[in-house]
Amino acid sequence: MNIFVCIKQVPNTTEVKWDLEKGTLIREGVESIVNPFDLYAVEEGLRIKERLGEGKVIAITMGPPQAKEALREVVAMGVDEGILVSDRAFAGADTLATSYSLYKAIEKIGDIGIIIAGKQAIDGDTGQVGPGIASWFNFPQVTYVRKIVEINKEKAVVERLTDYGYDVVEIGLPAVITVVKEINEPRLPSLRGKMKAKKFEPTVFTSKDIEAEETKIGLQGSPTQVKKVFSPPKRSGGEKFEGEAEELAEILFNKLKELKVI
Amino acid sequence: MNYFLSEEEQMVKEIARKIAEEKIIPVRQKYDEEGTFPHDIVEVMAQSDLFRVFIPEEYDGMGLSTLAMLIAVEELSYGCAGIALAYAGTALGITPIILYGNEEQKKKYLPKVANGALAAFGLTESEAGSDAGNIKTRAEKDGDYYIINGTKQFITNGGEAEIYVIIALTDPSRGTRGATAFILEKGMEGFEFGKKEDKMGIRASVTRELIFRDLKVHKSQILGREGGGFLMTMKTFDRTRLGVAAQAVGLAQAALDAAVSYAKKRHQFGKPIASFEGLQYMMADMAIKVESARALTYIAARNVDAGEKVADITAMAKAYASDVAMQVTTDAVQIFGGYGYMKEYPVEKMMRDAKITQIYEGTNQIMRNIIASQLIKRIK
Repeated sequence: MNIFVCIKQVPNTTEVKWDLEKGTLIREGVESIVNPFDLYAVEEGLRIKERLGEGKVIAITMGPPQAKEALREVVAMGVDEGILVSDRAFAGADTLATSYSLYKAIEKIGDIGIIIAGKQAIDGDTGQVGPGIASWFNFPQVTYVRKIVEINKEKAVVERLTDYGYDVVEIGLPAVITVVKEINEPRLPSLRGKMKAKKFEPTVFTSKDIEAEETKIGLQGSPTQVKKVFSPPKRSGGEKFEGEAEELAEILFNKLKELKVI
Repeated sequence: MNYFLSEEEQMVKEIARKIAEEKIIPVRQKYDEEGTFPHDIVEVMAQSDLFRVFIPEEYDGMGLSTLAMLIAVEELSYGCAGIALAYAGTALGITPIILYGNEEQKKKYLPKVANGALAAFGLTESEAGSDAGNIKTRAEKDGDYYIINGTKQFITNGGEAEIYVIIALTDPSRGTRGATAFILEKGMEGFEFGKKEDKMGIRASVTRELIFRDLKVHKSQILGREGGGFLMTMKTFDRTRLGVAAQAVGLAQAALDAAVSYAKKRHQFGKPIASFEGLQYMMADMAIKVESARALTYIAARNVDAGEKVADITAMAKAYASDVAMQVTTDAVQIFGGYGYMKEYPVEKMMRDAKITQIYEGTNQIMRNIIASQLIKRIK
């Protein structure tokens, strides 16, 4: 049984600066890191393997050749294998095309137990790739998982974080879950892991290897295009009124009238 | 400064520093105040394979150099010298088994430590500190067994460790030649732990008495040969005292870094205090001391690995590095001024932690005895 963990190499946003004129990130000289939310996914994958006492944890990422450094980092944490989905044909992929490519790659390896992703990446912040993979597979999915209560080879019981508390959800496996940082504390790399990572070379999948349909990958397969990136205008603070209930009611009434709400 | 570490040594350094920064520094003040044992951090060290560093490969370790182990101690001590001691104390406790254990003993105990079980070494008694030959703990032969009675004092990792090497007299009439090393396990009948000491510094480390009341052990628990315990102890200390040197270097480096960083931020007379020559000279002297202590410790470690005679060079490293740690942490408090005296800032703890490095695993006076005796022997 394979436990797949989807990771993404992202610029360390705490160091990133914006080019306000072009509306793009200035990536020069900024170190690349593994998307922090994905480290929780990796940790959970390793814990599932430890809990079940079997399985292989396979990290998968789509990106340019240098994304293998991200795979290296998680191999040092104890991941068994790393797959790099990389091809010029994948360039310009949006979340739909990305999730399709990852789906095809995971399908090719097969023996899927569970697929885990971080809740979102800190660069794009869409949170769509995990659910996208589930949709392509037609697998059940639970997003914002904060705890795996139970898991065996057939099903899992998980807690999904909501705005008001959490839901307890039972899902049949294989399934896709995306995890939040409450789920665990990612382990640090081990010495043996680091030594393994030093020699690690990923298995590289091209578009041909995964038998991807040309129209579904890269720019062609991407219905969304980034038109412009900008920082939203700062919201100005609201007005604050204090006083007795009656006075406040009057102020509110006048305000609403002024705004032509009533 | 480049010490031309091997790739493995460099990895150990990175991992141990990461543990110090991410896991130790955020909680060191809490552990110091509460004086509790850092089980969670020990678990991180184990998971990161740090205990494998000094265990040979055939026993589930990685068999890296002595320097690799010392670098781990140094970097962990950069975070907290007390927390680091759970690790360094284990290296001390297991070293006699690595050096003198038979195959069966190594197979039984070394993999446990490789996977994170703690170890401890028990020599000191209330009347036998620097005068270690004055121990009173007795092991009386009883057929294939020995009955041990006595109390060991100030034992690092006491009560937390699973594996203990202790020294007891099997033949008091022969003095130090009648001392024998035994391997004990936590939980053996008649093996108890006394009170936990309330210490000035290294408060996250646990120090307890080991109490033996008619503790019956099979002769297979003897380490090395009967009567060889004292010599074995001295040979062990010849190398393990570098652990104290490394702890002192890490601690001193932490104090230096904290002092320089503070001196750049703190303004007096309209300028950062780092711009005053008086303080610059102080900081430069601190840096000279820390770097020379490190250099001496590292070269001593290389000598250990090369199988050289190391009694004097390791004594030099231990005495020098620990004196440096005391001086540098004291100077760091001075640079912090009034703030340095407050518990809210980290340097007062470092100053308290530093003191023990001049005392344990042989006081610095005993270190100087060793150095002087070698000198007098060597020079005609």
